[in-house]
Amino acid sequence: MTPRALIAEDEALLQQALRADLRALWPELQVVAAVGDGEQALAEALRLRPEVCFLDIRMPGRSGLEVAQALAEDWPADEPFPLLVFVTAYDQYALQAFEAQAVDYLVKPLQRERLAASVQRLRARLAQRASSGPAPQTIEQLRALLASVAPAPAAERLEVIQAGAGHTVHLVPIDDVVYFEAADKYLRVVTPEREHLIRMSLRELLPRLDPAKFWQVHRGTVVRARSIASAQRHESGKVSLKLRERPETLTASRLYAHLFKGH
Amino acid sequence: MNVARGAPPSALSAQGVAIASADRPARWPLLMWLWRELRIGLSISLIAATFISTMFRDPFLRTLIYSLCIGLSIQLLIESGRYFGSAWRLKRDPGNPEATARWPGWMWMGPWAVVSAVIGYFGGSLLADALIGQHRTHFPFGPDLHALSVILMLSLGFTISAVYFLHSRGRMATLQALTEAAQRRATEAQLKLLQSQLEPHMLFNTLANLRVLIGTDPERAQAMLDRLIAFLRATLAASRSGSHTLADEFARVDDYLALIAVRMGARLQVQLDLPAELRGHAVPALLLQPLVENSVRHGLEPKIDGGRIEVRARRDGDALVLSVRDSGVGLGNAQTGGTLFGLQQVRERLATLFGERASLTLHDAGDADGGVEATVRMPMQTAR
Repeated sequence: MTPRALIAEDEALLQQALRADLRALWPELQVVAAVGDGEQALAEALRLRPEVCFLDIRMPGRSGLEVAQALAEDWPADEPFPLLVFVTAYDQYALQAFEAQAVDYLVKPLQRERLAASVQRLRARLAQRASSGPAPQTIEQLRALLASVAPAPAAERLEVIQAGAGHTVHLVPIDDVVYFEAADKYLRVVTPEREHLIRMSLRELLPRLDPAKFWQVHRGTVVRARSIASAQRHESGKVSLKLRERPETLTASRLYAHLFKGH
Repeated sequence: MNVARGAPPSALSAQGVAIASADRPARWPLLMWLWRELRIGLSISLIAATFISTMFRDPFLRTLIYSLCIGLSIQLLIESGRYFGSAWRLKRDPGNPEATARWPGWMWMGPWAVVSAVIGYFGGSLLADALIGQHRTHFPFGPDLHALSVILMLSLGFTISAVYFLHSRGRMATLQALTEAAQRRATEAQLKLLQSQLEPHMLFNTLANLRVLIGTDPERAQAMLDRLIAFLRATLAASRSGSHTLADEFARVDDYLALIAVRMGARLQVQLDLPAELRGHAVPALLLQPLVENSVRHGLEPKIDGGRIEVRARRDGDALVLSVRDSGVGLGNAQTGGTLFGLQQVRERLATLFGERASLTLHDAGDADGGVEATVRMPMQTAR
């Protein structure tokens, strides 16, 4: 089988160069998609299911790390997970994390020898990789990687959320919130009785929450631990969460399934 | 770092030794410390002994023992008064710079000096009596009241000079610490300025593009390299502060944006607007650079379709108005990390040069294109 690759790099010249270098170093590799932003990278990767993804870290839409997280969460359980290679010009913290987690990465300007070594490693790993879903150690690796590049907790904890609706501003005490869910540019703030929309990203919100009280269970969901009634594991590695105060069921992704050990 | 380096030895010798030894381990730490603390007391006692033994024709050694006992007792009293006085003051007023430098103030040290002189004189005399094993005969409590008053005056004089010495030493330490802190801050700011302008991500991405262009389009590579050279040269010059003309400022902004344009391609549109009559006007070098960089990095780069950036200069009465506007993701969606430093740096430079008369404001651009507009207002008068 010919291996297929996706390249996500927002700078056209660098994208072309990586393609050309790969053509020379790994002639049988077929680049099935070359995209310039994180949204497309995610969509195309899920659609085409390539064996290898080269992900630039700083991209419009979603960062390379965010694409990796979304892939780990949404990748079908019966498909082999792609090998990920991160590409970056300079991200001190990310590089340290890659090094610590033994994640494949390349630094720009790309050097031929470095790329050749990377290609060799990728080929070896493709030959012996697991046949379905993200391997447990891949999940472990990504989890540790995401944790180490997460922003440090802010000094100031959020106590009350202000949610505007028309001319009224609702004040929602943080302890009333059952869960937060990302919805495009907004955040749904769900309490036992009702829900509000606020203009804030989950990324901004997370450092201001008490991590003991609120658990992230998905890239788009943060739930109050006290509100979780039960957790049911699935074959796919995902976990369904039943809530105390709300009828709906939430899904914890593979990356966060370790929170629900059950012993 | 040896802070005494380069200071005139006469003015700063006490200081130099005190601070340098704190940084550099002395070979005989205890001896060094004793000498540092006692040399003034010892030398004054020596002078006093010489003076008195000549004046009253007393044996020198005996007089020396007396003056040493008295001198060192007085110094002990002053030092403990200073120590406890400043500790007490620091407790009531934490962070007081004088008290931090172990100086409780003249209000306390003035009266205490007199008390120290009297107690030190009598206490020291008794100690010397005990040491010599001779009870006072004519010295120090002789019938000669004249001699007694001279000796008392001497000890008072000694006390006051010792207190004054300690006071100025403390004050110099405070001043030195303040100067050092200011210097450190200035150096840090300069370093940060340089680091922010030579943002590694931008630099390495530019080099990555250059590397590709060298193989595919050498002519364009050369043009890009020329831009990079001009940008680096200007950045290094600006980090040593200074000013240049608005024409130069716009040329450097153009260099920077040209480098970014190679990377972003059609995702970036640039518009620079500098009226001819303002071209020669002097402005702080690369003042706009952090603003342009913020627009690119936090406004346009995260936006999938990119957008445009407009840099304008205009005159508004007595004020020069410079604006950097982008059609990027806007303030609400920008990821805040890193933006603040650039803005703060522009504000600080403006404040240093123009005080209250200059300002930097940042707001969401009011029209349908969205994005952010940063506006700098400063007096039309030539910058320093």
